[in-house]
Amino acid sequence: MARIARNLGGLLGFALLWEVAVRTGLVPERFVPPPTVVLAELGELVAQRGFLADVLATVLAWAIALGLAAAIAVPAGLVLGSAPAVRVATRAVVEFLRPIPSVALIPLVVLLVGSGPEAKIALAAYAAVWPILFNTVYALGELDTVMVDTARVCGAGRARTLTSVALPHAAPFVFTGIRMSAAVALIVVVSTEFLAGAARGIGRVILEASSGAARMDVVLAATLVAGLVGFAINEGLERLGARLFAWSPVAAGAL
Amino acid sequence: MTLLQVRHLRHDYRGAAAVDELTFAVGAGELVCITGPSGCGKSTLLRAVAGLVEPTAGEVRLHGDPVRAVPDELSFVFQDYGRSLFPWLSVRRNVELPLRWRSVGRAERAERAAEALAGVGLAGVDDRYPWQLSGGMQQRVAIARALVTRPALLLMDEPFASVDAQTRFELEDLLRRVQRARATTVLLVTHDIDESVYLGDRVLVLSRSPAHLVADLPVDLPAERDQIGTRGSAAFVALRGEVARRLRAPGDPAAVG
Ligand SMILES: Nc1ncnc2c1ncn2[C@@H]1O[C@H](COP(=O)(O)OP(=O)(O)OP(=O)(O)O)[C@@H](O)[C@H]1O
Ligand SMILES: [Mg+2]
Repeated sequence: MARIARNLGGLLGFALLWEVAVRTGLVPERFVPPPTVVLAELGELVAQRGFLADVLATVLAWAIALGLAAAIAVPAGLVLGSAPAVRVATRAVVEFLRPIPSVALIPLVVLLVGSGPEAKIALAAYAAVWPILFNTVYALGELDTVMVDTARVCGAGRARTLTSVALPHAAPFVFTGIRMSAAVALIVVVSTEFLAGAARGIGRVILEASSGAARMDVVLAATLVAGLVGFAINEGLERLGARLFAWSPVAAGAL
Repeated sequence: MTLLQVRHLRHDYRGAAAVDELTFAVGAGELVCITGPSGCGKSTLLRAVAGLVEPTAGEVRLHGDPVRAVPDELSFVFQDYGRSLFPWLSVRRNVELPLRWRSVGRAERAERAAEALAGVGLAGVDDRYPWQLSGGMQQRVAIARALVTRPALLLMDEPFASVDAQTRFELEDLLRRVQRARATTVLLVTHDIDESVYLGDRVLVLSRSPAHLVADLPVDLPAERDQIGTRGSAAFVALRGEVARRLRAPGDPAAVG
């Protein structure tokens, strides 16, 4: 409760500074409308059926991309993490692919899968794979030999050690990776909608409002919604993690 | 009857020997204490006996058969008890684990886990998690988990090092009681000379690394031991002195650990 109050206090303070900055002419109102105007616009936007469909399109693409990334990265991480030979063999490829900004891949992806929702899903999944992959590999590297030996003297074979010891041990690390990827995926989805011009999505709303008549109040209202969605996702995952992994220092201390 | 034979055992870590030319045998139902200087290879020896590390040379035989994997009838209490309990499982589920992996039914599992926990004086913490317990309580959970399978061979690596003196006395007496009642064979590593004499039917003294056998001392004390009476007896004091002397290589007042 106290945390929510502090968060709200911070937000209110920020909004107040913003309002004052615009009203006193410190920031030109034409480019940055004050929060009161943006909030009014936000109310109007939300009242429109079309805008909610845009938000839904973004959230849906995000969820599919994140699920896809996890479905690829967790098994891949388990293989890389438990087979050093495979890890060494793939290191060069991984280190080459990882730093490529996903927006740079837009033209390529549009050529490959078209400019439908598949494009933003593919790009977001691409970007979201890395944090999950690296956290999974790292978690397996951190697996304590005493713990593995304990499993063995308790009667576990190789397969059981993997499923009953390595997996639960890795779970909080993997979850932290998923949380990091969740933020990355949302950024990539909205960016792709903006840069590649999607049919629906928050990014499309921002693109349309910023071109032509330049409705900065709409741009900022939609941006605010993107921020709120990101905040809600992170908050939800954080709580889920705290509940699922209360036993783990990773969950408690992780970013 | 000989249960365990260790012959010419050697184990190297990256070319350096941790134990070398170690030979001894343990009869069924014996409680053998192993002591030696810090870092001399005591844990390595236990791990080799358990089939957790492969000997570089020599062999370990259980019932006459070479140990190649972890034997089913063996339990191990690790030195790092904190890292040996699974933090995502409750105390009860930790203790039940070896039974579950041996396909023991649910009801029997619960019953035997409760019995093992009560045996180490830990009733009523079943649903807590290991990290919610003190170090001494965690160690008792680890001991309960080792006893729950009623092993024929029990390996213990400094199992009482982290509990207070009173608890330590209780656990020592519990171990001897259980060991005699079930005729369990026990190999127990300790850096405490008094403990090795009080608990053991025999005390094996190891040299500095790479460990080899320095002395194999029978403990001629009555089977029924008593924390105050036994520790005060002349025979106990004499044996303790003997172990301490053997621990010191010539001109080397090595610390024991
Ligand atoms: N996994 C390992 N890799 C490399 N060297 C090791 C490993 N484990 C132990 N050693 C080395 O082998 C030697 C014996 O170690 P071991 O743990 O068996 O000794 P110990 O007698 O149990 O020590 P302590 O009294 O501290 O418990 C030490 O010199 C140690 O540094
Ligand atoms: Mg040791």
